[in-house]
Amino acid sequence: MADISASDVGLLKTSDGRPLKSALATAQQRSKRRAFLLVLPLLAFIIITFIIPIGQLLHQAVYNDGFSANMPRTTAWFVENPPGTVPDDIAFEALALDLKDAAAARTVGVVGTRVNYEMSGTRSLFTSTARGAARLEPPYREALLEADAKWADPNLWGTMRQVSDAYSANFFLAALDMTRDVNGKIVPMPEERQIYVSLFVKTFLLAGLITFTCFLLGFPIAHLLATLPMKWSNLLMILVLLPFWTSLLVRTTSWMVLLQQQGVVNNTMVALGIISDDGRIQMIYNQMGTIIAMTHILLPFMILPLYSVMRPIPPTYVRAARSLGATSWTAFRRVYLPQTLPGVGAGSLLVFILAVGYYITPALVGGASGQLISNLIAFHMQSSLNWSLASALAALLLGAVLVLYWIYDRLVGIDNLKLG
Amino acid sequence: MSESHRDAFVAFDRVQKSYDGVSLVVKDLNLDIAKGEFLTMLGPSGSGKTTCLMMLAGFETATNGEIRLDGTNINAVPPHKRGIGMVFQNYALFPHMTVGENLAFPLEVRGMGKSDRDAKVQRALDMVQMGAFANRRPAQLSGGQQQRIALARALVFDPKLVLMDEPLGALDKQLREHMQFEIKHLHESLGITVVYVTHDQGEALTMSDRIAVFNDGRIQQLAPPADLYERPDNSFVAGFIGENNKLPGTLEELTGDKALVRLATGEVIDATAVNVTQKGQATLVSIRPERVEFKPEMMPPGAHMIGADVLEVIYMGDILRARLRVAGSDDFVMKMRNTQGQTRLAPGQQIKVGWHPQDARALDPV
Repeated sequence: MADISASDVGLLKTSDGRPLKSALATAQQRSKRRAFLLVLPLLAFIIITFIIPIGQLLHQAVYNDGFSANMPRTTAWFVENPPGTVPDDIAFEALALDLKDAAAARTVGVVGTRVNYEMSGTRSLFTSTARGAARLEPPYREALLEADAKWADPNLWGTMRQVSDAYSANFFLAALDMTRDVNGKIVPMPEERQIYVSLFVKTFLLAGLITFTCFLLGFPIAHLLATLPMKWSNLLMILVLLPFWTSLLVRTTSWMVLLQQQGVVNNTMVALGIISDDGRIQMIYNQMGTIIAMTHILLPFMILPLYSVMRPIPPTYVRAARSLGATSWTAFRRVYLPQTLPGVGAGSLLVFILAVGYYITPALVGGASGQLISNLIAFHMQSSLNWSLASALAALLLGAVLVLYWIYDRLVGIDNLKLG
Repeated sequence: MSESHRDAFVAFDRVQKSYDGVSLVVKDLNLDIAKGEFLTMLGPSGSGKTTCLMMLAGFETATNGEIRLDGTNINAVPPHKRGIGMVFQNYALFPHMTVGENLAFPLEVRGMGKSDRDAKVQRALDMVQMGAFANRRPAQLSGGQQQRIALARALVFDPKLVLMDEPLGALDKQLREHMQFEIKHLHESLGITVVYVTHDQGEALTMSDRIAVFNDGRIQQLAPPADLYERPDNSFVAGFIGENNKLPGTLEELTGDKALVRLATGEVIDATAVNVTQKGQATLVSIRPERVEFKPEMMPPGAHMIGADVLEVIYMGDILRARLRVAGSDDFVMKMRNTQGQTRLAPGQQIKVGWHPQDARALDPV
C-alpha cells in the first residue's frame, strides 16, 4: 500500500466537516478536565495539609513581627534614621509612647521576647519598664533612663534596630550557631552557646549509622524472603510486617523493658556470667538506645524495597555466573549485588530521611546524648516558644534532605529507585 | 569399569536423584557421551532430563552413583571449577553489564589480562556475527541476538563441554530453525561436546548425533535420530517422536522378528516384532503416517492390506493428509506427497491400505 500523507489528501476532517486536529484536541481536553476533577479532592487535601503548612514554616523562619507590629513609632524612627545614629529625644519619645501602648495592650512581653532572642537578659528590662510606663512623663529620655539606665546602651539600640525589620535571616544564623554583632556583622556565637551545628552533624551521623545497620540486618532477610518457597516467605513477611501493626509507642517502650539496667538483656547477661552485677551496661537513655530502637523501627522500610527488587531476580543469573567460573562470593558481588542496587538505594534513602527527622523514639529512649535535631525543634516549638528558630532549624533540615536527594539523583539516578 | 566407560568423555554411572527422599526423579541413569558428540536429552517436562543436566553442571548433587568428566569423578567438584559452558533457557545475560562485559566475565574471574580478554571477547563475538554489539546492553538486543551472546559467553573461555538448557525455547519458529543450524555448525567447527536439553523433538532430530529420550526418570532409548524415528524401541518413544498410528492387537504368528498381528476387528496385518516375544501376547503396532501405502503396486508381494474409509483429506501444501477409519479407529492418518500425478482421495471413498512389514513395529501395549 502506498503511503498517504496528510498533504496528499488535504486537511483531515471529521464527518461533520470540522478539522480533525482541533476536534481531537477538544475531545481530549474534556477527558483531561474530567480526570483533573477526580484528583481535585486529593490535591486540595495536600495543599491544605502539606503545602501551606510548609510554606508557613518557611515564612516563619524569616519573619517575626513581634517588635515591628507592637512598636510602630520606634520602628518608624529606625526607618528614618540611618544605622549608627545616636538615639535623640525623638527616639526616646517614640520608645516611651510605644511602651505605654504596648503595656496597655499587654503585648510588651512579645516585644521583650523578640529582642531577648537576639540579646539575652533584655526581656525583663521591657516588662519592668512597661509596668511603670503609665507614669512616664516628658522629657522621656530622662524618664526612661531613670526607670532603667540600660536604655542608654548602644548595643540595645543596635539590637532593636535589627529586630524592627520583621524579615530577618537572624533565625537561620542562630540555627547555624551564628549571630550579628552591634554593627550587623555576622560572627560566630560564643563557644558555650554553639549547639545546633554539632547536633545537626550528630543527627546525620546517627541517621547514617542507623541506615547502615538496617542495611546489614535487612539484606539477608530480604534475600531470604525473595528466595524461600512461597508458603515460608509469606510467614516471614508477616513477621517483617508485624511491627507495622503495633503502636510505635508500644515498640519503643518495650525496648525500655528490654534494655534498661535492670532489664531483660542485662539480667540475662548477668545470669550467664558475661558481665558482673556491677558492670551492667547502660544500653538505653543514651545514643545506643536511640540506635537500637530506631534500627528496629525502621528495618521494614529497608527490607521491603530490597525485597521488591530481589524477588524478580531469577536464580539463573547466579547459576550462570557460577558456571562461568565465578566463586559464590564473586557471583554475589559481581552479579547479584549490582542488580539489587536500586533497592539498596531506595531503602537507604527512605530509612535515612525517616531517621533524620525522627522525634518520638529519641525523645523516649535517647536520654541526653541520644537527642536528635528534631527533639530540639520540638523543644523550641513547645517549650521556648521560639517558633521562628524552630522553623529555621526545620527548614535547614528540609534543605539538607533535599540536597541529599539531589546528590542521590546525580549519583544513582532517581529512575533507579524502586520502592515496590 | 567397562571399556566404554573409560573412553567416554562424560559418563553417568548408575546415577540416581531424589529431591524429597521419597521418590526418585532420576532412576539408575547410565549414559556415556563421547568427545565431540552432540547429545540431546529429549523428554516431556518432569522426565528428569533437566535434573540430569543440572547434576552435570554441578547445581544439583547426585543422590547416588557417579558422574565422571574426562575420567575423573566430579560429584564433589563445585560448579565454578568444572569448566563447563552453559547456555540457559532465558539466556541469563547479566543485565547490568554490556555485552562485552558479559563475555569478559568468565575470562576475568579466571584472572586473564585485559588485552588477552579483549581479543578473546572480540573473537567470540565475531564467531556469532555480533562483533559490532560489544557496547550494547542485553536489554537493547532482540531475542535472537541475546541468544547468540549467551552462546558466545558459554564458549568464550574454551570449555570442552557445553550444556544447553532449552536455549531456543523463547524464539519464534523461523529464528529457532535458523539458530539450530548455527549451533550445529559451531559444534562442528569447534569440535566441542554438547549436551542439549529440549522438549522439542524436531530440534532434537535436526541437531543431534544421538538422542536420549527420557521418561519417568529413565532413558527410554538412546539412538541416532534416524534410528529413533524409524526404529523406536517401545511405545513411549514411538508415540513421543513424530506422528504415529497405533493399532492394538494380539500376536498371531511369530517367526524370527516377522510377526502377524490380528487386530481387534479381526483383520491380520504384517509387522516387525520389537519387544514382544510370545504368541498370543497383546501388542501395539506402530506405523508412521508417511509409510502407509494405498496403491497395491507399491506393496511387496504377499503383504496384507486392510480396508479403510477416507474420512477427511487436508491439503497442507507439501503433503496431503488423509484421516482414515481403519480397524474401527477414526484417527488413522496417512500422508501422501503432493506430486504431479498423485491420486486425490475424496472423503467417503473406500480404499485399501498396507505397509512394508519393517515399517510396522509391534511394541509393548501401553
